[in-house]
Amino acid sequence: MLTLDNLRIDQGDFHLAANLTVPTGARVAVIGPSGAGKSTLLSVIAGFFDPSGGRVLWNGADITDAAPGARPVAMLFQDNNLFPHLTVTQNVGLGLRPDLRLDAGDTRHVARALDRVGLTGMGARRPAALSGGQQSRVALARVLVQDRPLVLLDEPFAALGPALKREMLDLVAALLEGSGATLLMVSHDPADARRIAPHTVLVARGQALPPQDTATLLDNPPPALRAYLG
Amino acid sequence: MAERAVAINRWPGAVAAALVAALVLGTLLAVVLRAEAGRGLGPAEWAAIRFTLVQAVLSAVISVALAIPVARALARRRFAGRGLLITLLGAPFILPVIVAVMGLIAVFGRSGLVNVALRWAGLAEISIYGLHGVVLAHVFFNLPLATRLILQGWQDIPAERFRLAAQLGFGPRDIFRTLERPMLARVLPGAGAVIFAICLSSFAVALTLGGGPRATTVELAIYQAFRFDFDLGRAALLASVQIALVGMAALIALRLSRRDTFGAGLDRPARRWDAQTATLRVTDTLWIALAALFLILPIALVLADGLPGLARLPSAVWRAAGVSLLVALGSTGLMLALALPMAVAAATGRGWLEAIGLLGIAASPLVIGTGLFIVIYPVADPVALALPVTGVVNAIMALPFALRILVPATRDVVQGYGRLSASLGLTGLLWLRLVLLPRIRRSLGFACGLTAAMSMGDLGVIALFADPETATLPLQMYRLMGAYRIEAAAGAAVLLLTLSFGLFWLMDKGGRGFADA
Repeated sequence: MLTLDNLRIDQGDFHLAANLTVPTGARVAVIGPSGAGKSTLLSVIAGFFDPSGGRVLWNGADITDAAPGARPVAMLFQDNNLFPHLTVTQNVGLGLRPDLRLDAGDTRHVARALDRVGLTGMGARRPAALSGGQQSRVALARVLVQDRPLVLLDEPFAALGPALKREMLDLVAALLEGSGATLLMVSHDPADARRIAPHTVLVARGQALPPQDTATLLDNPPPALRAYLG
Repeated sequence: MAERAVAINRWPGAVAAALVAALVLGTLLAVVLRAEAGRGLGPAEWAAIRFTLVQAVLSAVISVALAIPVARALARRRFAGRGLLITLLGAPFILPVIVAVMGLIAVFGRSGLVNVALRWAGLAEISIYGLHGVVLAHVFFNLPLATRLILQGWQDIPAERFRLAAQLGFGPRDIFRTLERPMLARVLPGAGAVIFAICLSSFAVALTLGGGPRATTVELAIYQAFRFDFDLGRAALLASVQIALVGMAALIALRLSRRDTFGAGLDRPARRWDAQTATLRVTDTLWIALAALFLILPIALVLADGLPGLARLPSAVWRAAGVSLLVALGSTGLMLALALPMAVAAATGRGWLEAIGLLGIAASPLVIGTGLFIVIYPVADPVALALPVTGVVNAIMALPFALRILVPATRDVVQGYGRLSASLGLTGLLWLRLVLLPRIRRSLGFACGLTAAMSMGDLGVIALFADPETATLPLQMYRLMGAYRIEAAAGAAVLLLTLSFGLFWLMDKGGRGFADA
C-alpha cells in the first residue's frame, strides 16, 4: 500500500499537496492538466525530488529519504529508458544486478523476460537496432525482472503511434496481472486510463486527489478536468 | 525541495581541484616570495617586457588581419578539400613548436627557399632570426586559430540573412556593411586578445628564433637567468612579471572572447548569391591557396628533409623518443586522474570547479617550472625530477582544454541518464564504469589525444630542468639544431611529428571506434 501522508511539493511558484493511499495491486492513472504536477508527483515517489513536507510510505515504512534505487519502485521515463551502449540483455540485466555480473541463472531469467515481452532471441542487439515499440518492450522486460511491488510509468509510450501504444498498455496490464504489482501511470489520454486503470488520481489546482473510479470520473468530470478534456 | 543529482561522490573532484589550485597557486606564491623585488627591474628586464609586448601585439594583429580574407574566402566558397583544409587548420594545436620552427627555417632561413629565390633575383636576403622570425612563427601557429575563430563568426550569420540580402539585390559591399562588418567587430577583439595572450607566454619560439638583448621574451629571460646565471632571485622576479602580464592578458581574453567551440559545424558553408564575380573568385582562391601553402610547405619540407635520415638516427634520438613517449603517457594519465573527477563534480552541480582548471591558462609553464624548482630545491635534486615535473606541468597545461571537452559530455550523460541510473541503483564506481565512461568515450579519446600530443611536442619546463644526460625528443632535437647536426635534427623532427600526430590519432580513434548508438 502506497501512502502519501500530507505530502507537500514546492518548486518556485509551483505547489502541490497530496494526501492519499493507493491499495496494493491497484492500477491507477494519474490525470490532470499540463503543468499540474503529474510527473513531479511521480518524481517524488521515485525519490528524484525531495518534498518540502510530509512523508511517502510503502506498507507503513517511511521511504521519504531513501535513495531512488533503494525504493520498492521500478520506473519508466518519457525517454532515455535504455542505455544505447549496452545490449538488450545488459539493459534488462541491470534490473537484476546493477553491476552486470550476470550468472547463468540471471541470464536465463533475462531471456525468460524477453520471451514474455515478445523479444525472443534479440538479447545481443543494441537499442539502436530496434524499433521504438521493441525498445519499449526491452524497458518493460527490465521492469519485469526488477520485480518491484510499485511500478511508475511517466508516459514512456508517448512517442509511439496509437495502435502501438494500446499494444504496450495491454502488455503492461498482462505483466502486472502476473506479478500483482501496484501501478501508477501518468497519462494525457483518458482512453489510456479507461483501457488499463480502473482508478484515477486527479492532479489539478495544487491538489492530488485520492483515487476515484476512472469511468465515473471521466463520465462526469469536475470543472478542472472538463476544461482540460475539452 | 531540490532535484537530486546522480548519487556519485563529488569529493574526488574537489580533491583534484584542490591539488591543481595548490600546485598552480603554490608555485606562483613560491615565485613571488622568492623574487628579489628590492633589486628592481634593470634595463635588460625592461627590454624583455617591451619585446614580449611588441611581438605579441604584432603577432595578434598580423594573424587576425591575414585571417579575415582567408576566413571570408572559406566562408563563401565550396570546393573539394574544403573540409580537409579546415581540419588542417586545427592541426597547429598539436604540432610541436620545434618542428614548425625547423620547417619555417627551411622556407625562410638563410639557405631556405625564399632566400635562394632572392639571391637568384639579386635581391637582399632576409633573416628569420629576431623580431620578424618570432612574429612569423607566431603567425604560422595563430593564423589558423584566427581563421577558425573568424570563420565561426561568419557561419554564425544565419543563412536566411544572406537569402534576404540576395532578395534585396545586395552586392558584396552592401553585404560587408550590413552583415559582415558588425560580425567582425564582435569577433575580432576576442580573437586578437586570445592570440595576444598565447604569444605572451611563448617560449620555444623565442628560444629558437629569438635571443640576444633585442629579441628576448620574459619567458626566455626566466630560462636564461636560470640556466646561464643560476640567478634564482632574478628568475623569480621575471616570473612575477610574467604572472602579472599573463594574468592581465588572460582576463582581457576571457572578457572579449566568446565561449568558442572546437569548430563544430564549420563544414557547411552558407549558400551565397553575392561574390560570384570573376575578380572575387580569383582573390578568394588566391587567399586560400596562399594560406594553405604557408601552412603546408614548411611541414612538407621537414618531411622531405627528414625522411631520408630516419634510418640513421643517432641512438640518443631514439632514447629521447622513448622518454618523451613515457612523459606523454604519464601526463595523459595524470590529466585523466584530475579531469575526470573534476568533470563529474562540475557536471553534477559544482560548475566553479571548471574555473579552477582554467588556472593552467593563467600560469605559464616556465613560471610553474620556476616555482616547482624553488619548492623542490631545498628538499631534493630538481634535475633528477626533470621528467616527472615535465609530465605534471604538461598535464596542468592540458587540463583546461580537457575540461572544456569532458564537462559538456559528462553533463549530457548526467542529464540524459541520471534518473535511469539512480532508479536502477547504478551509483559511484559502478556508474562510472558502466554508464559514464562508455558514453563519454569519444570525448575522452579526443581529450587524451590532445594531451598526449601536446605533451609529446612540448619544449618548455624540460629545458629548464634537464641535465645534458636527460632529454625529451623536442629538447634532443633542439640540441641537434644547436650543434648544426641538421640531418639528424630533420630525422628527429619527422619522428617527433609522427609520434605527436600518431598518439593523437590513436587515442582519438580509440574513442571513436566503439559501435555505439
